[in-house]
Amino acid sequence: MLLYALKRFLTTIPVLWIAITVCFFILRLSPGGPFDGERPLPPAVKQNLEAHYNLDKPLVQQYAIYVGNVLQGDLGPSFTSEDFNVAEQLKLGLPYTIIIGGAAFIIAVLFGILAGIYGALWRNAWPDYVLASIILLGLILPSFLLAPIFQLIFGVELGWLPVGGWGDGELRYIVLPVAVLALPHIARISRLMRGAMIEVLHSNFIRTARSKGLNTGPIVLRHALKPALMPVVSYLGPAAGYLLTGSIVVETIFGLPGIGRYFINAALNRDYGMVLGTVIFYMVLIVMLNLIVDILYAWLDPKVRSQ
Amino acid sequence: MIGRSYRENAADIDLTAPKGRSLKQDALRRFRNNKAAMTGVVLLILLILAASVGPSLLPFNYEDPDWSAFRVPPSIESGHYFGTDQNGRDLLARTLYGTRISLAVALVATLVSVVIGVTFGAFAGYLGGRIDQAMMRFVDIIYALPYILFVILLMVIFGRNVFLLFAAIGALEWLTMARIVRGQTLSIRQREYIEAARASGQSTPAIIFRHIIPNLVGPVVIYAALTVPEIVATESFLSYLGFGVQEPLTSLGTLIASGANVFEVMPWLLWFPAGFLVTLLLSLLFIGDGLRDAFDPKDH
Repeated sequence: MLLYALKRFLTTIPVLWIAITVCFFILRLSPGGPFDGERPLPPAVKQNLEAHYNLDKPLVQQYAIYVGNVLQGDLGPSFTSEDFNVAEQLKLGLPYTIIIGGAAFIIAVLFGILAGIYGALWRNAWPDYVLASIILLGLILPSFLLAPIFQLIFGVELGWLPVGGWGDGELRYIVLPVAVLALPHIARISRLMRGAMIEVLHSNFIRTARSKGLNTGPIVLRHALKPALMPVVSYLGPAAGYLLTGSIVVETIFGLPGIGRYFINAALNRDYGMVLGTVIFYMVLIVMLNLIVDILYAWLDPKVRSQ
Repeated sequence: MIGRSYRENAADIDLTAPKGRSLKQDALRRFRNNKAAMTGVVLLILLILAASVGPSLLPFNYEDPDWSAFRVPPSIESGHYFGTDQNGRDLLARTLYGTRISLAVALVATLVSVVIGVTFGAFAGYLGGRIDQAMMRFVDIIYALPYILFVILLMVIFGRNVFLLFAAIGALEWLTMARIVRGQTLSIRQREYIEAARASGQSTPAIIFRHIIPNLVGPVVIYAALTVPEIVATESFLSYLGFGVQEPLTSLGTLIASGANVFEVMPWLLWFPAGFLVTLLLSLLFIGDGLRDAFDPKDH
């Protein structure tokens, strides 16, 4: 098990290295530098700026400097914000993103699993159909559409919840963003869970349990749940990635001060340093989450370990 | 399958061999019996017709304001069936035009992704060995990273150009296609006719393009159909964030973004484009699922 975890950890290194390299070279090889604004700078000023940011050195050397800095946790300077470098801005936004994303993750997993079990038990009866149509809605409605609809219904018409903002981090400010972020994943997870549960409920050991006279409750909880959870667990890694990128939209729409909003603002202002730093940060986060999920999967399923 | 044929009455029976059905005919029959998929086809045809012919039939242009009608709610009397926006532009014309752009982006991006994915997958599968390992490991790595980040990075660097948007989305959306094609190629390259082609001295690219890729049409079509709605959603996501199609050109995502800003006062600016986007996504999804079920019945 430990060996597997170590091996799996080592595979993340080339992934991250390629990610950083690709991002760096996409940015550096593109036409135009970060200081080619609408009003050209005086050549002397530009030269000084480039010297300050190491842009005057050969590309290979720039790359080495950048990778070295990233390894030390320094994601470079922001080209538009004077007071904060990239790492500091990310540090400011991270808590909000983690709260929203984490809550959405937990809710998506819990509700997704429950809905999937429910759908499997009521297979092809009306509760299953009701669930299936809600799932379809969750799959088809993009979050940028779901968010204004929720704002309109719960914020404006019913007046139950604030339309946006963070407030003091009170629960009622978090409900809508988390709901918008979680709903598509509730849909996906419940679809996976329903399929797996139906398959497990048809297997021989469940028939044995039934013939012993066990009720549905204990059968599902004690025998069917663990094997049926496997596909859900393998989806958790990608789901964490989707939640992170999804939070970009949700933070923008609801005006939350998380990383996603910094990222979008930086991208719209063409702040190269910030965009590059944030993309690399997102990728490290996602690769790490994938790593955790894969190790969890191996811990649950001995077959994976022995491969 | 051979010998199964349906005849209405006995008198019609002739003594020639009964006509068998090919796999393709079987799949088509299954597809036609799939109500959701057929509804999807009808809806999609209507949408394509509306998006291609519609704008030229309307008295209003998508970018010119109607100076007598600003912020008009949908009504039949004014001639603005979907209402107008803050600048007096007819929403029906804009929605139809936006649908056209969204469809065009999806089409071109899907094409790009199919070309790259099929070529990459077929070469990896046919060459095999170390090269295959390296190529697929590369796919695995890119797969682990959310491609939307790459797209945003590209849009930041190269400016917000619609054609670049096509290419960027397509150039990043080919990974699953490459995996599927590689898997199929692995089994095709064992066949005798490939061996014959190799024995007759054909070059590797010739074998791949002339003998392998034509035999991959089925799975490629199915997966391409499943890619289209994803690309439509991605395009509107990017346009919503302001990285996609720019004013005065419009797409469904751009319309939804500007509608969402004013939905409290002018809700129709959100509802109509949203309705079109959802209908488009639903019909594409139904068609893709229907094709997959028809050609790959074990996946039911």
